[in-house]
Amino acid sequence: MKPVFTVTKGMLPVSTSYCPGCTHGVAHRIIMETLDEMGLLGKTIGVAPIGCSVVAHQFMNVDMCEAAHGRAPAVASGIRRVHPERVVFTYQGDGDLASIGMGEIVHAAARGEKFSTFFINNGIYGMTGGQMAPTTLIGQRSTTSVDGRTREQAGMPLRICELLATLDGPAYIERVSLDTPAHIRAAKKAVRKAFEYQLAGKGFTFVELLSTCPTNWGLTPYEAMKRMGSEVAAYYPLGVYKDTGKEAE
Amino acid sequence: MSEKVLMKGNEAFAEAVIRGGVRFYFGYPITPQSEIPEFMSRELPKRGGRFLQAESELGAINMAYGCGAAGGNGFISSSSPGIALMQEGMSFLCGAEVPVTLLNVSRGGPGIGSIQPGQADYNQVTRGGGNGDYRIPVFAPASIQEAVDILYEAPGIADKYRNPVMVLADGLMGQMMEPVVLPEPKHAYTSAEIATAKPWAISGSEKGERSVVKSLRLQPEVLEAHVEHLYEKYAEMEKELERVECVDLEDAEVVFVAFGTMARLAREAMELLEAQGIKAGMIRPISLWPYPYKAFDQISDKTRAVISVELSMGQMLQDINLGVKGRVPVKLIHRVGGMLPTSLEVVEKTKKILEEVR
Repeated sequence: MKPVFTVTKGMLPVSTSYCPGCTHGVAHRIIMETLDEMGLLGKTIGVAPIGCSVVAHQFMNVDMCEAAHGRAPAVASGIRRVHPERVVFTYQGDGDLASIGMGEIVHAAARGEKFSTFFINNGIYGMTGGQMAPTTLIGQRSTTSVDGRTREQAGMPLRICELLATLDGPAYIERVSLDTPAHIRAAKKAVRKAFEYQLAGKGFTFVELLSTCPTNWGLTPYEAMKRMGSEVAAYYPLGVYKDTGKEAE
Repeated sequence: MSEKVLMKGNEAFAEAVIRGGVRFYFGYPITPQSEIPEFMSRELPKRGGRFLQAESELGAINMAYGCGAAGGNGFISSSSPGIALMQEGMSFLCGAEVPVTLLNVSRGGPGIGSIQPGQADYNQVTRGGGNGDYRIPVFAPASIQEAVDILYEAPGIADKYRNPVMVLADGLMGQMMEPVVLPEPKHAYTSAEIATAKPWAISGSEKGERSVVKSLRLQPEVLEAHVEHLYEKYAEMEKELERVECVDLEDAEVVFVAFGTMARLAREAMELLEAQGIKAGMIRPISLWPYPYKAFDQISDKTRAVISVELSMGQMLQDINLGVKGRVPVKLIHRVGGMLPTSLEVVEKTKKILEEVR
């Protein structure tokens, strides 16, 4: 009998510790499936900094290290110097990348570091219990903005793809969403492209994956998916923000 | 081939670690050590290494963490406020057992302080500013030659214990020139050799079992066992890495305790005192952690005062007192802010102290 589905060797055969309905599992799977399909599992080094996914090394079946909050791009830059022939990626949340780690990500992108960053944007600090992130939308409630974020009090949410696209260093920047099967398939293509560009030595590649946090959004998994596809995607439009491969054609 | 050359401290330090096997440097400009990143940017690419100027000291220490986790022999240098910024990273490096060689060419503080030499980082480097239970061996050489010898050895010590190793050289050492014999270059691992030489490293090589480098241990019993393991390592370091020079302790009426450039000044003061009929000795800690407490047992019954000569408000006094155990009065001769005492000033202050304790 021909198997129609097999679980990727890229994921270790254990249960994840993520909340029900959280899209970390989907993001993990499409990244690791892609590495598996490209035959890169034994040639890859991953970095997961502080945040819910600091435990990603328990699930992703590649050599991995943790990083301090926000510092994964610096850590990956160091790894890259030692192993120029390997595939290197960072897997970072929005509190990590867009707040405390803004310096590291901007400079790694500007240097055109040859690694890929997967940016999980769920608009909230999940691990610490639902505080406002730099990506939290105006009006969105969090434990540090209980009546909803206001522009007067906390300023405006940051759009990272748009910001990084102003730099000359990155080779590829795309924002995808994990809300529907079609979007997840598109997200996987973006992940693949990031790795392909890295292997081709084109430079820094960045994929933002809009993600849910049903627990801290106070929504059911289904409601959270709906919100992500509407309200969240309206502020963070999906699309390719930079593609030097396309520009060259 | 060993060769004798006249070199400025900072450049000699950089040359020494390259010869000691370092191939990766991550740094951020700060006075008085900026010759080191400059030297590394020129030299490392020629020797099969990589230089990367970091966006900040936070970037630098975390690049070094990535490099060390990946099995590379990394080096970072900075000066006092920059070292302060790296403390979080040092705690992570110790927790995750990642080797790196660190150099602090220290200056005056607190805050921005001054760019003149200082030794007020004593507590910072021996007690650590990062969180949690950890230790970093710290060596304080008193000559460029000694610094070269220690920095040449440091990457090997870091690898052996899978822990950072620090060298503390004050700004004076970084800026002065002395003749040095440079040691024979050691073999540096290529990225292909790392998987075999350091199987624990994240090298992305199919070697059977995958590697994970981490400091997070959420289960209390697991973290407790890990910290106990770290302290078994630190106990080994205490046995093996303690270094001290004791000079003329028998018959000494007064014993100076000094490290780095202050030990050179104390040495001069000893000669001047001798000429005036006062016998002086010196304990020169070369390792500040592990601190050579046992050396203080050699202090004789004839000693009437132990004097710390420091460029700080007496940060080393606590360790000296632990060594002296109350047998002799412990005093302090110091200057701060980038000011240096003269040897004559040390002599006069010593005579005054001896009158006080008579």
